[in-house]
Amino acid sequence: MATSTRPTTRPQSELTQRGGGVLADRAFALVSLGTGLLVLVILAMILITTTSQALPALREAGLGLIVGDSWGANDPDGNGPATPQFGALAMIYGTGVVSVIALLFAVPVSIGIALFLTEIAHRRVRGPVTMVIDLLAALPSVVFGLWGILVVGPAVVKVYNWIFDLVGDVPVLGSVFGQPASTGRSFMTAGLILAIMITPIITSLTREVFSTVPESEKHAALALGATRWEMIKGAVFPHSFGGVVGAVMLGLGRAMGETIAVALTIGAAIQITPNVFASGEALPAVIVRQWGESSGTHRSALIGLGVVLFAITIAVNLLARLIVRRAEIRMKGATA
Amino acid sequence: MTTATPPAPATAVRPDLRRSALPARRRLADRVSTVLIVLALAVAVIPLGLIVYYVVARGGPVMSLEFLTADIQNSPRRSGGGMGPAIVGTFLITGAAALMAIPLGVLGAIYLNEYGKQRPLARLIRTMADVMTGVPSIVMGLFVYVTWVVTVKEQTGFAAALALACLMLPVVIRSTEEILRLVPDELRQASLALGARRWRTTLTVVLPAAIPGITSGALLAIARAAGETAPIIVTAGIVNTTNWNLFAGGNTALPAQIYNSASSVFATAQDRAWGAALTLVVIVLVFTLVARLISNRFAVRKR
Repeated sequence: MATSTRPTTRPQSELTQRGGGVLADRAFALVSLGTGLLVLVILAMILITTTSQALPALREAGLGLIVGDSWGANDPDGNGPATPQFGALAMIYGTGVVSVIALLFAVPVSIGIALFLTEIAHRRVRGPVTMVIDLLAALPSVVFGLWGILVVGPAVVKVYNWIFDLVGDVPVLGSVFGQPASTGRSFMTAGLILAIMITPIITSLTREVFSTVPESEKHAALALGATRWEMIKGAVFPHSFGGVVGAVMLGLGRAMGETIAVALTIGAAIQITPNVFASGEALPAVIVRQWGESSGTHRSALIGLGVVLFAITIAVNLLARLIVRRAEIRMKGATA
Repeated sequence: MTTATPPAPATAVRPDLRRSALPARRRLADRVSTVLIVLALAVAVIPLGLIVYYVVARGGPVMSLEFLTADIQNSPRRSGGGMGPAIVGTFLITGAAALMAIPLGVLGAIYLNEYGKQRPLARLIRTMADVMTGVPSIVMGLFVYVTWVVTVKEQTGFAAALALACLMLPVVIRSTEEILRLVPDELRQASLALGARRWRTTLTVVLPAAIPGITSGALLAIARAAGETAPIIVTAGIVNTTNWNLFAGGNTALPAQIYNSASSVFATAQDRAWGAALTLVVIVLVFTLVARLISNRFAVRKR
């Protein structure tokens, strides 16, 4: 604070008198502190209010809400469970499978693009490429979902069938790449769409990490006679491992929380199967799909799924931030 | 690189430094890696091109003035109808969300950068704002449902705006803080030295200097929020006619309409989904591009 003492003999400047007293200053500081605290309040309220609304379902299903593998609000065909059952294991499994598939595709591609931008591309190419990646990030997820369900799904069924014919009889591969769903809406399709959606975020974070690699280390590697690839392997990767892991974790958090694109492309079949070409269901997708027709305990159970999803994504995000911060500190130590 | 080598004695055997002297295996690995890296770029660009192509090719024929203004068709089977209510809803809901989230977000950023700085509380808020950007939009929708919709017992456009505001808030805070950090300290010191109080310095010196950057960040947040679907479906309810009132009656938005029509088996509904997608993409891209333009301008001035 600039509270300079000035000689009392001089006439007081008008500025200090008109500029509001200490009170205005204090009030402004308090208001801005209040809005800062709003973030903490909202996060705490999300946890408290949603959990309390999920209690009825939790009371009914107990821990079965998380570990039970049977989900049915009512008994449409008469051969299901007599009472409503709320077990989310199949959805948790679906979310996991879809996220893993998405990461398997998105991580190598993102690292590739990041390397292209930092190590290969001419400065003039960088701008347009970054622009394209940003545009990919700007497209709404529902547009990805629309494209996935109406264009990609029907198109990839042929590829799925081809792979199934190829490896269907091989013991392990045959069960992973099993009989495809006829609509193409499956774990695999949802995972592919998700991969496209999380590529921009992993790319931009990875690129930032790569750009912190000291030029001197890269030049040293090249001067020792390394090819560009050996330089990347020897200087870029070891230096940025932690940061890349953090970026991947953030991508994972995004993938697990993505709702609409997955809801449209995964196919709405609540089942646990190793077959990635089969239809499935994911945590956020089932909430949005069944929300309109739910009431009472069913709705409460859906909110409970939201709590589970919230807990998982918060944990993944915190872990990711921690890893990124660790990596940042280490990198700063290296450059200093 | 290694051009400044001192002249070697003539007797020494000079190593062959040409690229062709590398073992074939190393040269191949280098070549293959380069090809793979460029391929990765193509793998990401092709879907973007395809999506844009399909949205324009399938949505274009549907587009007309009637499509943009007419009420939503009740039956998915029949053709005709438009997206008027959804377009109005998108602008109303996103606008209300922006009105709530942007001032609060900027104030929060002012706390973080001007008052909190590196104090433990400010650090906690910063981390939690980052975490909050990772909260799935569906969870935000559920949160507003259990706190607001359950209390007022009605699904309204305002509830959806609240959910979108919660999603935008951390984004605005973090992007604004980044910009405020770029405002040179000399400006603050000069203002304080002239006798201005801290709040006056912040409002009349720091904020005006950062306005282009803040605007760009806010526009990006708006673009992101306009495309959100899940919170709208959970909180806004269903309506097929234009509802200008955010506080009474259900509302709808383009993303929710796309979701509803996309899962329909009827070609007429699917056509409307493509048309709505084209409209939404245009809206989102306009916001994104304007944000980019502003931030590019700002970057130039920042040198």
